Amino acid sequence: MPAMSRRSMLEGALGGALGGATATLLAAPAIAQGATLKIGLMLPFSGTFAALGEAIAAAFALYLKELDGKMGGRIVELVRVDDESDPAKAPSNVNRLLGREKAEALVGTVHSGVVMALVQAAREQQIPLIIPNAGNVAATRDLCSPSVFRSSFSNWQPAYGMGKALAAKGVKKAAWVTWEYAAGKESAEGFGDGLRSGGAELTKVLTLPFPETNFQPLLAQLPGLKVDAVGSFFAGGGAIQFVKDYAAAGLRDKLPLCGSGFLTEGVLKAQGAAAEGIQTALHYGDGIENPKNTAFRAAYKTVTNRDADVYAVQGYDAAQMLAIGLAATKGDASAVKDISAAIRAAKIDSPRGAFTVSASHNPVQTIWLREAKNGENRVIGVAAESLADPGTGCKMA
Amino acid sequence: MGGFLAQILNGLQYGLLLFLISSGLTLIFGVMGVINLAHGSLFMIGAYLAYVVAGLTGQFWLALPAAVVGGLVFGAVLERGLFRKFRQREHLDQVLLTFALILLFEEARAALIDNQFHAVPVPPALDFSVPVIGGFAYSAYRLAVLAICLAVAGGMVAFVERTRIGASIRAAAENSEMVDLLGLDARLIHTLVFASGTALAMLAGALAAPLQSVYPGMGDGFLILSFIVVVIGGLGSIAGAFWAALLVGMIDTLGKVYLPEMAGIAVCGMMALVLLWRPSGLFSRG
Repeated sequence: MPAMSRRSMLEGALGGALGGATATLLAAPAIAQGATLKIGLMLPFSGTFAALGEAIAAAFALYLKELDGKMGGRIVELVRVDDESDPAKAPSNVNRLLGREKAEALVGTVHSGVVMALVQAAREQQIPLIIPNAGNVAATRDLCSPSVFRSSFSNWQPAYGMGKALAAKGVKKAAWVTWEYAAGKESAEGFGDGLRSGGAELTKVLTLPFPETNFQPLLAQLPGLKVDAVGSFFAGGGAIQFVKDYAAAGLRDKLPLCGSGFLTEGVLKAQGAAAEGIQTALHYGDGIENPKNTAFRAAYKTVTNRDADVYAVQGYDAAQMLAIGLAATKGDASAVKDISAAIRAAKIDSPRGAFTVSASHNPVQTIWLREAKNGENRVIGVAAESLADPGTGCKMA
Repeated sequence: MGGFLAQILNGLQYGLLLFLISSGLTLIFGVMGVINLAHGSLFMIGAYLAYVVAGLTGQFWLALPAAVVGGLVFGAVLERGLFRKFRQREHLDQVLLTFALILLFEEARAALIDNQFHAVPVPPALDFSVPVIGGFAYSAYRLAVLAICLAVAGGMVAFVERTRIGASIRAAAENSEMVDLLGLDARLIHTLVFASGTALAMLAGALAAPLQSVYPGMGDGFLILSFIVVVIGGLGSIAGAFWAALLVGMIDTLGKVYLPEMAGIAVCGMMALVLLWRPSGLFSRG
């Protein structure tokens, strides 16, 4: 028996590989019908935003359970990846979900820097992506795509609602205080647009580098600005400190403080008395009365033993949106156009109140006006009804 | 005008806090020749210590002696156990050592506490505000921090300039070999300097905790500013660190107010100018 030449070895190996690939291609449609559908949850499960990631994942799983674990007729398997809110690790985390785990749809994330890697992959490979928090406007403006959806908000929206509500109350001039970064800038634009919609104006924007908390130099400027109110966007620890420093500087009685809802979201207990009476605007709040909200809050409490917050609502609605899309395509996650059409046509029955999805795939939703009272952000009215992000620069292919 | 005076007060308070941190850094640098990148982490440890002590006992004030005593012990242990062995090594080895310490301290913090932001309540006795100028009030705690920083600064200058041990510390900063030749115990001086530097950084952290909350990596920004203070003031000079810290505090505060676009680089720009004009610092004797 002659020894096998190197060339024939190679050919044999190549042939085998090609044959295998063809077999996989042929088998693919059959698998798509019956096989489990892997959905990649790329969220922060450690670090500063861990609690937010857990809330989103728990609420997503809660809705999946209501569907008996199936979307579009296929059994769903959730694959969790901890993104650590680290933008540097984002591309490799996305590759892990799409490559090794073969996820067919993606859900993520909280951090605006990390979400860009998800948006990029979803655009390039046309994988359905639902963003359950990150509010950078670009995801549903210049970078919008048939495959990219958001179940949360754009940074512009809550701030617009606050500006509009202030103008409606008779405020003529207001200032905005925030960190010098994308979310700060985008919320300042929203606040200004909201004020202008009611004939008022944004006369000054004060910023400091992210995530510094030495607010004194900014606070000391406020009395000299000749404005009627001060709005702000801070979140997490910065929000705690800013609200406390604002009160300590004796500004509360002279210049009412308000803000985008994140100023008092999840941090009221730490802010204590300093936050009492602060009005904020957000797409969720305490005391929203509708049957969906009541049922959702009770179910969420039973499963997690925690009270539902805005992040849980966003996770729950991410699952609702994905399920609507996949139901329309009978579980085929690659039919992005049909998924998009179905979600666009749907009315999503959210605990925040029903909402629709705009042409650039961002929620068209009511922004509630809330007031901090006894550790709750009580809804006291509507700041902006059915508010859509302008979606400037979105050209959907 | 009232706004301007309030900003001067802000700059003063920020600068004095900066002095507490950078005084330890400049002494350690000047006397031992060690670039301690972990100095910002010591500040963070002090702040977390305040958070834990205030949480457990309900008494914020206990955190201050705890930070000083804990800092002295911790600093002495670090010096005896680690830094002493690195004294004759190259700067690069020291940088690696102190960088490793940053990672260790951060991991230890994550394991022992968590990665969350935590607010530290202002002590109830000082939880009120004093009207200052132009409709702007100052919290009593902020004023107390200002006073404590001034007292510590005064005490330090008196100690370093007027006592025998202070004289040997200054001598060691000027010429370490000479101190050895004179028969003074340079090793004891090193332990003393490192322990006090650690205690000062941790005290600053504890004082700052109610003012800025505690969070991971909270010392990083202060570390950079402290190095700038040390460079501007001149290595190893306590008086230099004092005036440089006030200068940096003022420039940073006023920069944020009057040149917000430049706030990030105002301080670094000033350092560059000082280096061009007096490369060894404003207060160096050389």
